[in-house]
Amino acid sequence: MTATTTTAAQAVAGVRVAGGTWRDDLRAVRMVWKRELIRFSRSRARIVTSLAQPILYLFVLGSGIGSLAATGATRGFDFRTFMFPGVIALTVLFTSIFSAVSIVWDREFGFLREMLVAPVRRGALVSGKAIGGASVATVQGALMLFFAPAVGVPWSPVLLVELLAIMALTAFALTSLGIVIASRIQQVESFQFIMQLLVLPMFFLSGAVFPLTRLPHWLNIASKIDPLTYLVNPMRRVVFAHVHATARVRAALLPPVTWNGWAVPVWLELLMSATVAIALLLVAVKLFSHTD
Amino acid sequence: MATRTDRAVPTVAAPGNGDDVAIRVVDLRRRFGEFEAVRGVSFDVARGETFGFLGPNGAGKSTTISMLCTLLRPSSGTAAVDGFDVVAQQTEVRRRIGLVFQDTTLDEYLTADENLRFHAELYGVPKAAVGPRLEQVMQMVGLWERRTSLVRTFSGGMKRRLEIARGLLHSPRVLFLDEPTVGLDPQTRSHIWGYIDELRRREAITMFLTTHYMDEAEHCDRIAIIDNGEVVVIDTPEALKASVGRDRVQLQTDDNERAIDLLRERFGLDAAISEGAVTVHVAEGEKFVPRLFAELGIPIRSVSVARPTLDDVFMAYTGRTIRDAEASSGDMLRSSVFIRAGRGR
Repeated sequence: MTATTTTAAQAVAGVRVAGGTWRDDLRAVRMVWKRELIRFSRSRARIVTSLAQPILYLFVLGSGIGSLAATGATRGFDFRTFMFPGVIALTVLFTSIFSAVSIVWDREFGFLREMLVAPVRRGALVSGKAIGGASVATVQGALMLFFAPAVGVPWSPVLLVELLAIMALTAFALTSLGIVIASRIQQVESFQFIMQLLVLPMFFLSGAVFPLTRLPHWLNIASKIDPLTYLVNPMRRVVFAHVHATARVRAALLPPVTWNGWAVPVWLELLMSATVAIALLLVAVKLFSHTD
Repeated sequence: MATRTDRAVPTVAAPGNGDDVAIRVVDLRRRFGEFEAVRGVSFDVARGETFGFLGPNGAGKSTTISMLCTLLRPSSGTAAVDGFDVVAQQTEVRRRIGLVFQDTTLDEYLTADENLRFHAELYGVPKAAVGPRLEQVMQMVGLWERRTSLVRTFSGGMKRRLEIARGLLHSPRVLFLDEPTVGLDPQTRSHIWGYIDELRRREAITMFLTTHYMDEAEHCDRIAIIDNGEVVVIDTPEALKASVGRDRVQLQTDDNERAIDLLRERFGLDAAISEGAVTVHVAEGEKFVPRLFAELGIPIRSVSVARPTLDDVFMAYTGRTIRDAEASSGDMLRSSVFIRAGRGR
């Protein structure tokens, strides 16, 4: 018997399967990525509902807190401008984690098995998933950019490109984190715990909804451990570079992230985030190499 | 069920002749903690053969198939598929096998076509070959017209057919089918078997399947009966049934104890109560029934005669029926003759 099988009825014989090269792994990465996009584009309802929450935060919570803050140091400044990058981070955070944790659904419905038994490296599957989830989350975050002018953020091309780049990095890091978590979850029910115990605290501690000044000591520490802090701050800085705000407003709403008094520069924040993202991805690959 | 006397039955290849052997398993074991699910299983499957693993749920069938598919590491022993070791040469093995699992492993939110393309990409099917091969396998299972439908709109039978098509997409040397018809209604089951039989004719492929349905095992060239993690016997369905030899006659009377005594006195037969009926084994059941009515001497309410089935084979080799062996029941005995006599004569 040769590598090809022949059929009596049809001219198309069996196919010869190559494999084992980086090119085959690349094909697998592309296909896993493509599947994420196909599934995302089919779930219009999910896209709309995922936008509802950030819009609620921005226009309801943002306006509410804004009316409180209007009497203090930030008088005359639209608080929603401050909230805007935080709400983008929220969108990216939720979408990334949700995309990554869909692995648990894949496990539940068996499709994970179809992937795991394929003759490709696990690294290719995990990378495809990470890039796919990150793409979806970036697109979802980008949809929020439509609301920028409504909250006093201009549609400046430079700003949009900068925001998209940081969003993509955020999405990649969080999807990788989500995949690490998903590799350890066996049941769909556990997803609720992840949302309540990890995702929401990450969001609130990152400075997305309020500036991280004058926090109690323990909260201050927690916010510095939160990896999202180092992504929300750069996003906010690029936004503030394009809006008019007094020095007083900047001092109140744009405190740098400090380590023991030293202000961490934005480039280091981004470099750290990228490093953490890649490290998490490697951990995810490792963990998936050991699942059945 | 038609027997396959027209089909040449491949014999076990001589040891060492790797070219004719699609699967070689030597003393394969797998334990889960204290429990040993597979206890030293050895067998060869010849190329082109359809080989069935028959046994009750929990006998070790799925554990064995998982090890052969590289999804589970053996605790000890070796297994090779198409000459490649399932532990040391995982990727080589994976490239050469197709899988149809017990539970569906399709992405229901993708179309049939997308599911198959996903598979083709992961298995490195050459780009130019994907389209034609896709059409071929989908035509084979009769889903070509539905290729753009989302899989979630498919019935259970259609999903299983699509999985069979997908398992074949990359032209595997060995197709593994783990309980391919479990959970399907009888009509769909017989359709699935239609495709599998068709496949045997059209593609020179080795098939390894597990089942706990006796009637399905008859589609195989050879069967291994597995019970409690051990292979009890391996042979063709015909040879296995011939080894049991006799038809099973079951009767209901007003006094079953008396009937057993009378069967011993007048016919010299050892009868026993099995499944609530007086059961005897005789060489030619149909010819025995008229004698039974004429000579037994007590009223008979009903009689059934069954050819030796794999149930009887299983019983003969393991001492219990497959239904007794697992909690679930429901498979009916296929009786070739069923006579219902008038009541209360």
